[in-house]
Amino acid sequence: MLPSLAKQWRNAAVIGLRGQSLVPCASTRTFASAKSTEEETFDVEITTPFEGHKLDELPSQTVTTTKTEVLDFFRDLFRYRRMEIAADVLYKGKFIRGFCHLYDGQEAICVGMESAINYEDAIITSYRDHCTYLGRGGNMYEVIAELLGRKDGCSRGLGGSMHMYHRENNFYGGNGIVGAQVPLGVGIAFQQKYNKKDNCTFTMYGDGAANQGQGFEALNMAALWDLPVVYVCENNHFGMGTAEWRGSKQPAFYKRGDYVPGIKVDGMDVFAVKKAVAFAKEYAIKNGPLIMEMDTYRYHGHSMSDPGSTYRTRDEVSGIRNQRDPIERVRKLIQNMELATTAEIKAIEKAARKEVDDAIAKAKECPEPPEEWLTKNIYSAAPHGWESVRGVERGLAHET
Amino acid sequence: MVSTVHKRHSVGGVGRQACARSSSGALAARRSGGARWNARVGRPSSTRIGAEEKEMLMWEALREATDEEMERDPTVLVMGEDVGHYGGSYKVTYDLYKKYGEMRLLDTPIAENSFAGMGIGAAMTGLRPIIEGMNMGFLLLAFNQISNNCGMLHYTSGGQYKVPVVIRGPGGVGRQLGAEHSQRLESYFQSIPGVQLVACSTARNSKALLKAAIRSDNPVIFFEHVLLYNVKGPVGGKDEVQELNRAEVVREGSDITILCYSRMRYVSMQAVGDLVTQGYDPEVIDLISLKPFDLETIYNSLKKTRKVLIVEECMKTGGIGASLSSTISENFIDELDHEVVRLSSQDVPTAYAHELEAATIVQPEQVVDAVHKMCGSAIPA
Repeated sequence: MLPSLAKQWRNAAVIGLRGQSLVPCASTRTFASAKSTEEETFDVEITTPFEGHKLDELPSQTVTTTKTEVLDFFRDLFRYRRMEIAADVLYKGKFIRGFCHLYDGQEAICVGMESAINYEDAIITSYRDHCTYLGRGGNMYEVIAELLGRKDGCSRGLGGSMHMYHRENNFYGGNGIVGAQVPLGVGIAFQQKYNKKDNCTFTMYGDGAANQGQGFEALNMAALWDLPVVYVCENNHFGMGTAEWRGSKQPAFYKRGDYVPGIKVDGMDVFAVKKAVAFAKEYAIKNGPLIMEMDTYRYHGHSMSDPGSTYRTRDEVSGIRNQRDPIERVRKLIQNMELATTAEIKAIEKAARKEVDDAIAKAKECPEPPEEWLTKNIYSAAPHGWESVRGVERGLAHET
Repeated sequence: MVSTVHKRHSVGGVGRQACARSSSGALAARRSGGARWNARVGRPSSTRIGAEEKEMLMWEALREATDEEMERDPTVLVMGEDVGHYGGSYKVTYDLYKKYGEMRLLDTPIAENSFAGMGIGAAMTGLRPIIEGMNMGFLLLAFNQISNNCGMLHYTSGGQYKVPVVIRGPGGVGRQLGAEHSQRLESYFQSIPGVQLVACSTARNSKALLKAAIRSDNPVIFFEHVLLYNVKGPVGGKDEVQELNRAEVVREGSDITILCYSRMRYVSMQAVGDLVTQGYDPEVIDLISLKPFDLETIYNSLKKTRKVLIVEECMKTGGIGASLSSTISENFIDELDHEVVRLSSQDVPTAYAHELEAATIVQPEQVVDAVHKMCGSAIPA
């Protein structure tokens, strides 16, 4: 269902969140017959301007999209949000134990990123990886089973919340130690250059990890050898309980590369992320490293053991939720452009909730990994004599 | 003390017996009158193909191994400080960059944490990096990467990722290098699940083991020793690889089993030279594999001798010998006539002054004394 021209002009007057206008610009309309496979595109304005560091040109403030893509964005953002909220409930119900770092509020980053890249590009991120795993082609059952420590989890229940990987689609985790994934990401980009691939690597970290020395070390190497790596700093303004301004002397993370150019993006606007990531991919493959700072926010605390209220006010959190929530922005766009009826939106939401509920029910039925798996996969090539591992007591041995 | 061992060793010629399958026995052959070089118990640890025997120094052997493996497999590369243009601080990669280019002999900045991480990330995607630490001690900076991302990744990803890296470099006590450059990292790495630790000791086994390590899909930490790079000996051909977790029987005997590795092999064999003239008949086993231990070979030996002496360069607290001693005691107590005795370095930072440095590490005289105590007086032949 395409908006008529008249409606278009009417919408031009719509004032969106935070006083910015949500003006879809119809500059690239490709008209086709009713049964055409090529979908009609339209442009969306990116409201927050990109900021650059040592970049000769920045991407433009409009991005081309289609109705299908917008609805897909809505669907994925909503699904990820529901899953993270469900994980919150599961944690409080003691189904998930240990550490659980939730991504709600930040979903636009992984959704927007996936729309601009393919599975030959690589992503590596930190422990806040549940949605990134889904974006890389995983399904909810695998995520929830892993969180519950069951054998059908994406790491067979052996990794947990912080260790989700998807090798086929070039997702390298899921890393527990703050900042340790950054040099790994540079290594993945190194391989892409070594094998002359036309792809790049997105190595993601937070504002807290931005102060790790190994990040700068690896950036120097990436710049020396022009590796196709994009450093993505998901700046949610808190390193656990320490606000950005208390932890970092230079809070403009996109400028920290010094000799490496950078770009700052509104990380809660899925269209801005899409545009900037497309730009970054092209840049990195051609020129070498680039730093992207995604300005975002997490509604939950650092993890489930952090209430998230001792270092920030509830008003701040709800303020961001009202003004910048990624899902609501897309919903508003859909409504303004009449890309779907209220009933259709409700159907998408209902399907997402059902998907989450089904995944949880199925995961709860799934058994834990069997005891024999304790000593499997320690080595990928079992050394001679490694048929069994000594047990805790004398005389006990476990097969490997 | 340290220089004595070194000087002794440079004398070593070939002097091998025709059917000998374990390596560099020059010293023992001269000392013991050439006995006991025949077939050892258990499967042979190296496969000899053809008669392409050459004599070379250990650093040359390591270089040849690296060269052959890089030629055989284009995914193998070396990364580390000064491995490219400079040729390696111990010449192990000398001039290889001229043959393979700068991408495959990658000169990294001085950033162990990140270039170890980079190598591991590259290994996750299918490359086979050899990460060189200029000194093993510097790899302490990369401990997080080695422990978490190298050792444990295969397990935590549910078996998805392999990390076929070789992390190699010299360690051990050198000649007055000072405390920070005389560390024994095998003590710290041995607890990491998922890594294999291998220590080479002769020209022959250094080449064969390095080739096997490069070909292995497991992460292997390959320990060389600062004082052994100029050890000379015969070296095998292009196809000679040695099983990574098989110990080498250096000398067969019946009185006592001496377990050692790396430079302590030469210290032990020097002591054995004296012991044999006194009428003892020690069996000397070079562990080679520090993790996992080759318990089969060790068991076969101690079943025969019923006494075990561990000679290591690690410190008394928490070294390889500490783990090995408890493993042997727990598993094989019924076969032992004497508690496992462990000669280790003292729990002190290695001093700079020459005599003090010598006093912190095991000397051949101490090995002789220990054997006397454990075996009693020698029974005349």
